[in-house]
Amino acid sequence: MNKDHWKLWEVFLRSKNGLSHKHVGSLHAADTEMAIQNARDVYTRRSEGISIWVVPSESITASAPDEKEPLFAPSDDKVYRHPTFYDIPDDVEHM
Amino acid sequence: MGTNVSLEDNFQTYVDGENKVEPKDWMPEKYRKTLIRQISQHAHSEIIGMQPEANWITRAPSLRAKLILLAKVQDEAGHGLYLYSAAETLGESREKMISDLQSGKAKYSSIFNYPTPSWADMGTIGWLVDGAAIQNQVMLTRTSYGPYARAMVKICKEESFHQRQGYEVVMKLAQGTPEQKAMAQESLNRWWWPSLMMFGPSDDESPNSAQSMKWKIKRKSNDTLRQEFVDKTVPQVEYLGLTVPDSDLKWNEARGHYDFGIINWDEFYAVIQGNGPCNKERIAHHVEAHEEGAWVREAANAFAQKQAQRKKNTGAAA
Amino acid sequence: MNGGWLAGKKSQFTKDEALKEYFKFLADDALILGQQLSRWCSKGPVLEQDIAIINTSLDHIGRARLLYQELAKIEGNGATEDTLAYFRDHQEFRNALLLEQPNGHWGDSVVRSFFIDTFNFFLYDGLRRCENQVLAGIAEKSVKEIAYQAQWSAEWVIRLGDGTEESHEKVQKSIDNLWMWTGELFEKYPVFESLDSSFIDFSTLKTQWIEKVALVLETATLQMPNPESWMQTGGRLGVHTSHLGFILAEMQSLPRTYPDAAW
Repeated sequence: MNKDHWKLWEVFLRSKNGLSHKHVGSLHAADTEMAIQNARDVYTRRSEGISIWVVPSESITASAPDEKEPLFAPSDDKVYRHPTFYDIPDDVEHM
Repeated sequence: MGTNVSLEDNFQTYVDGENKVEPKDWMPEKYRKTLIRQISQHAHSEIIGMQPEANWITRAPSLRAKLILLAKVQDEAGHGLYLYSAAETLGESREKMISDLQSGKAKYSSIFNYPTPSWADMGTIGWLVDGAAIQNQVMLTRTSYGPYARAMVKICKEESFHQRQGYEVVMKLAQGTPEQKAMAQESLNRWWWPSLMMFGPSDDESPNSAQSMKWKIKRKSNDTLRQEFVDKTVPQVEYLGLTVPDSDLKWNEARGHYDFGIINWDEFYAVIQGNGPCNKERIAHHVEAHEEGAWVREAANAFAQKQAQRKKNTGAAA
Repeated sequence: MNGGWLAGKKSQFTKDEALKEYFKFLADDALILGQQLSRWCSKGPVLEQDIAIINTSLDHIGRARLLYQELAKIEGNGATEDTLAYFRDHQEFRNALLLEQPNGHWGDSVVRSFFIDTFNFFLYDGLRRCENQVLAGIAEKSVKEIAYQAQWSAEWVIRLGDGTEESHEKVQKSIDNLWMWTGELFEKYPVFESLDSSFIDFSTLKTQWIEKVALVLETATLQMPNPESWMQTGGRLGVHTSHLGFILAEMQSLPRTYPDAAW
């Protein structure tokens, strides 16, 4: 990693109490404070969230796709290094 | 289903069934490449697209207009970020995408290689350029790649204010003093044709389109989108009392669409190849900001490392 | 405050005049800083920070609007937020000189923000209890934004100070260069005499400000210059640096070219 390259974080927002945090995207930040601040600046510009989680992307382990309905042969995992935007159950229309 | 059904056929059946592809699913390498190219190009367009508008933030003629423009350009930065995020799910780092942008390997929408000498351009860009972009983006909310589709849903929600903002700026000019009306017409004259070019080459000249349609990355052809845009926009121009700078433009009753003149494709390709009025300026601006920020990014990293080390030390001591 | 450079400046204010001056102090600070920060748009060190600094610019300009709207009501005579922003010349502006200093590099801008954000934090916190209800309302709304801005700029000062050798050196220089513009923030102006004591007298904020700045700079491993060193002054009395002339020329160009137009 270059010394001026910031690491990738995944961002989760709770839009209101009673709902769980939901993955909304990712961003780059050097440290946790910055990641939280950036998440607020980037993903809550229209007051979309009341609680923010940030997680370094490298800390997330994603299940292999063959654990769901086996649509395809199990994939070679190497190409897709970043586990971001992993499956969420909602339909795109209702995001 | 026999075992000799290829992965690619399976993939096609899956996509044909209007199912979304997610990052860790198997996908044809070319699908992945196409997506990276398209999403990063889209992200770069948002980022480079900040420049022609940022140019007017300090000179916006009212405080309200200044705030709106600032918020709009900020949205574009946000949209660029959503899109970089979506592309990163395909294993392409932002660093790599930015270096491709700066080296000229990656493209962005050619429209942003035109200058913005007039305040009226802040209206015209919102109205026509964002309008044309929305046409494309609404289609992309149904694109087959999940992260891209989700990013587009967020972007479309936010973009709707941009086009209205643009139209409002132009409307105030068109209904203002004679000088202001002239300002609006002059700006429309410059942006009309480049806006039509935004949809890309004609279908018969667009080699990648067919495959993209088949994979449902793209859902409508360039020419279809362009026609929809013209049909939608001409009445808006008329409402303002302005004139579309195209003498061939007329309503075709039989087709139920507007006929319009021939696009200057030589200009289109020249600008794509780097010969627009602002290509060099836009990239130089991006490179300069990036280089001037290097020491800042390094400092933040160095500080983060020190902090992590300190935390470790305190943890060990406890 | 008599003699020399500032000779002949008004020193007696009616309550009404003082109220207008006070609103100008706050509004002009917010506008000029917001205008300056907006220049960072598309030029930040990384996309996320572009978005962050635009946010602060939006907050400052948003606050300036609220303040000008109230000032316009007090002024009457057809004044609006826009006539106040676009049709006053440099000698009618009352912003502190610190805010018109050029953006420079990221460290310069961050330090300028840190100095004023820390000042604003104590100021607006106090103004929430101002007898002027409109101002108290604006302060109530703004104080959360300002707390965030103050945190953002302080964290950046710390990151740059305690980052690399290069960043440490650069940001120390920013602090040293901008220091002489900070004294003006805490001067006691005749205006305060004519107003209720719930309009915070800026000079009362100095101790808190120095404590907070000292703490952050220490964390950042940076040296704090001497608070008693020679300071520049004039902004609150309408005596500005050349920078303001350019800032206004740029900002006001369109409405002044077409004075009859509405936008």
